[in-house]
Amino acid sequence: MTEMVYGSMPSSVREPILSRWWRTVDKWSLIAILVLCAIGLLLGFAASVPLAERNGLDPFYYVQRQMFFGGLAMVAMVVVSMMSPDLVRRLGVMGFCLFFLALLMLPMFGTDFGKGAVRWFSLGFASFQPSEFLKPGFIIVAAWLIAASGDINGPPGKLMSFGLAITVVLLLALQPDFGQALLVLFGWATIYFVGGAPIPLLLTILGLTGAAGIGAYNVSEHFARRINGFLSPDVDPRSQLGYATNAIQEGGFFGVGIGEGQVKWTLPDAHTDFIIAVAAEEYGLMLVLVIIALYTTVVVRSLFRLTRERDPFVRLAGTGLACIFGVQAMINMGVAVRLLPAKGMTLPFVSYGGSSVIAAGITVGMLLALTRSRPQGNMSDVFRRSR
Amino acid sequence: MTRVPLRPLARILRARTLGENPDTIERENLRLRHEQMRDKSRGQAQLRLVILILCFFSAFTLIGARMGMLASTEPVEPRSSAGGDAIASGRADIEDRNGHVLATNMQTNALYVQTRDLVDPRRVATELSQIFPDLDAETLHRRFTDGRSFMWVRKVLSPEQVQAVHEIGDPGLLFGPREMRLYPNGTLAAHVLGGSSFGAEGVGSAQIIGTAGIEKFMDSRLSDPEQAGRPLRLSLDMTVQAHVEELLETGVNMYSARGGAVILMNIKTGEILSMASMPTFDPNDRPNPLVKGEPGDSPLFNRAVQGLYELGSTYKIFAAAQAMDLGLLNADSPVDTSFLKIGRKTISEYDGHNYGPTKTLSEVIEVSSNIGSGHIALMIGAERQQAFLRSLGLFSSSPVELIEAMGAKPQYPKKWPDIVTVTAAFGHGVSSSPLNLATAYATIANGGVTVKPTLLAQADPTPGDRVMSAYAAEESVKMLRRVVVSGTATMADIPGYEVAGKTGTADKPSPTGGYYDDKVINTFAAVFPASHPEYVLVVSLDEPVETSGSKPLRTAGWTAVPLAAEIIKRAAPLLGMRPVVEPAGTDALTAVKQ
Repeated sequence: MTEMVYGSMPSSVREPILSRWWRTVDKWSLIAILVLCAIGLLLGFAASVPLAERNGLDPFYYVQRQMFFGGLAMVAMVVVSMMSPDLVRRLGVMGFCLFFLALLMLPMFGTDFGKGAVRWFSLGFASFQPSEFLKPGFIIVAAWLIAASGDINGPPGKLMSFGLAITVVLLLALQPDFGQALLVLFGWATIYFVGGAPIPLLLTILGLTGAAGIGAYNVSEHFARRINGFLSPDVDPRSQLGYATNAIQEGGFFGVGIGEGQVKWTLPDAHTDFIIAVAAEEYGLMLVLVIIALYTTVVVRSLFRLTRERDPFVRLAGTGLACIFGVQAMINMGVAVRLLPAKGMTLPFVSYGGSSVIAAGITVGMLLALTRSRPQGNMSDVFRRSR
Repeated sequence: MTRVPLRPLARILRARTLGENPDTIERENLRLRHEQMRDKSRGQAQLRLVILILCFFSAFTLIGARMGMLASTEPVEPRSSAGGDAIASGRADIEDRNGHVLATNMQTNALYVQTRDLVDPRRVATELSQIFPDLDAETLHRRFTDGRSFMWVRKVLSPEQVQAVHEIGDPGLLFGPREMRLYPNGTLAAHVLGGSSFGAEGVGSAQIIGTAGIEKFMDSRLSDPEQAGRPLRLSLDMTVQAHVEELLETGVNMYSARGGAVILMNIKTGEILSMASMPTFDPNDRPNPLVKGEPGDSPLFNRAVQGLYELGSTYKIFAAAQAMDLGLLNADSPVDTSFLKIGRKTISEYDGHNYGPTKTLSEVIEVSSNIGSGHIALMIGAERQQAFLRSLGLFSSSPVELIEAMGAKPQYPKKWPDIVTVTAAFGHGVSSSPLNLATAYATIANGGVTVKPTLLAQADPTPGDRVMSAYAAEESVKMLRRVVVSGTATMADIPGYEVAGKTGTADKPSPTGGYYDDKVINTFAAVFPASHPEYVLVVSLDEPVETSGSKPLRTAGWTAVPLAAEIIKRAAPLLGMRPVVEPAGTDALTAVKQ
């Protein structure tokens, strides 16, 4: 339809892309992510040096890599956040298909890097963990299916997405990678929850998850050892958790000083799973609280913006993405303070890891794309909820 | 649930009559229904999103709070911050009365292994076994590789050993800073100091705890952080102690004794200036306790405190002092020394002597008559005798600051028939430690007022209870002086120091019952100077024998007395005593000078 208004601009109908992006994007979340990325680099200077020394590399080798991947992730995030919800959906679905295939091929071509779980493809210069990229794709697909099920004569999306979730969870559990499996399941559950899950069913699922956990505890020794470590009241000071707890206590409120920390030398996963312990030891509670506040900002703001969203797909997909992002951070930090059992999970943007940071960039990029303020259907709704 | 039909017949019919497409009505209704459903689900979703927001917010708050809680507590194993020094320099030094160090702490290292970090366990095991010859390379290697992640190798290393271990250069070998207890004088005052070992141990530091002697008795004082800077000052005089130990060792060797003990005590303050026991040990390297045999044969055994012996004739002065205190006798009162039979037991004198029908009280002590002492004790009576011995502290363990003293309770019969009254008067049937004896003699020398024996330096004398009249005490000391001048202890008559004392030669009880003929405990309890007593010296030798003559001599006068004399000769000048110049000596000296 042509605009026939008197005095309107004769040139382009649409607003320039960048200005529209900047006007509509959630700037606070964007800034929070950038700060998190910077903190990740800062901590990388402390935490990755021992790893570089162990591997006989230049001390800041991993910092340089992280800088490269972090930059890549930021670019990916901005580019993705400029997309329209439709484009995000297309990207997500294609990504899901691609990485689902990659996940299936892991047993054939994957490597375990001597860590006892086949999760990676080795590309020579870098490794690549398909499950990290699968997560946002899965969220998009699941949200799409569940949103579609709300339409009249729509497909049975809830059931289909559940089947898909179970398939992915099983594939991940076989690696074994219970952490990612848990995240995928959790992401699906939040979408289903917001998408209108009946309460009795939610309770049933909760029960089944518990039962599955107990089953895994009995079947998998790997899993059982970690749970046992968590349940024992006094932490073995020579376990990873013991070192992490000690580091947090050591740091106190203001830390022992930059570069003075010791935990990075004793913890093999100081640069990934226990990066928060390094932060706590060297910079103290202050930095930890800042990090927590940044994650809270991103998650709470995104979810809040989604309450105003009228499009079911956007709402559900945004919820899922925000939740897996937030929960991943929560589990990582919860483990370090012994609120949760030990579980290898990276802290998005802060932990070292190419796949992890780029996947997080894409995830948050999609989230930002979906939480952009856009005209909503009825003017009455806009007025009712106007600030 | 009532459902609105998508194709309401009325409207369809009307549309048909108007010639419109009825499908638009259906489409419009479908759109409206869809709109309704979306509104409904959106309302629900909004509520659930708010729930999610609250969940996330509280979870993150919880993590933050937990971080704060952790950050405000102390770490279990301090590594970076300076928390380790608190324990490390905790234990106070021990000094003698003049401030010479008897026990202090030294910086050293413990060696431990983080087996996961070992590069070459085989080589490390081999080289460690070369540095520490008592370690076996095979055993070490097995322990390095049996799956444990951490193990102690050595608790204390010398600086040379630290260097040698450094030179192995394996990253799995780690040092834990330690303070070790050091007794710089080696065996000096070993039984008083006792010893120490490591208590709670961490990688960063270890706690030192006392295991024996004053280290254990005063453990809470020594490890009190508030008093860490203030050394514990003992009453011992290091120089006197060194001489005493040297002489006691010589004496024990010369008389082929199993062991011996010496106590030198200030009678006014109860301060013990010297306490020695042979055989001895080095508290830096305490030997293991004996698992069989007599405990007294262990070098760890403190004979001065733990050795409960029947101390023989040294007890006779207690009977004499009490008889004078009660007014039953005075120094010149005659005492029956002819014959004493209690029930079927005849009391005899040592070596079959016969001292005639009567002796004065003073002579009874001088010649050490068993029969005379027995008669005195019978005059006093069992109850008063027990009460007196108890008041002198001979029935209870010594209150001295040694952990060993607590367990050494003097032994005496529960029933006290006449025979015990008589034998107790000459020191048989009742046993006590040399320290108990020294304390009792100190009471007599102190004019009849008790003193509390102590190993801690005292500023002022703390007066105890009066247990006998000053007169009785003074007369007793005079009698003791006569023993040295013309009695059984003449070898102790050091010119100028007016030694007074009493010998005791007690047959050792055999474990099968009865007494040995040729095994004795020789004791000499001395007070000097007699005119104004200052010190008590007790010398006790276990199974000594003097073999220089034609027949072996086992009386105290030949063994303990000469040893005591030598000790007084050396110690008295060190204690700042001036010899009392006696008139006869003055003449001789002036004669020579002129």
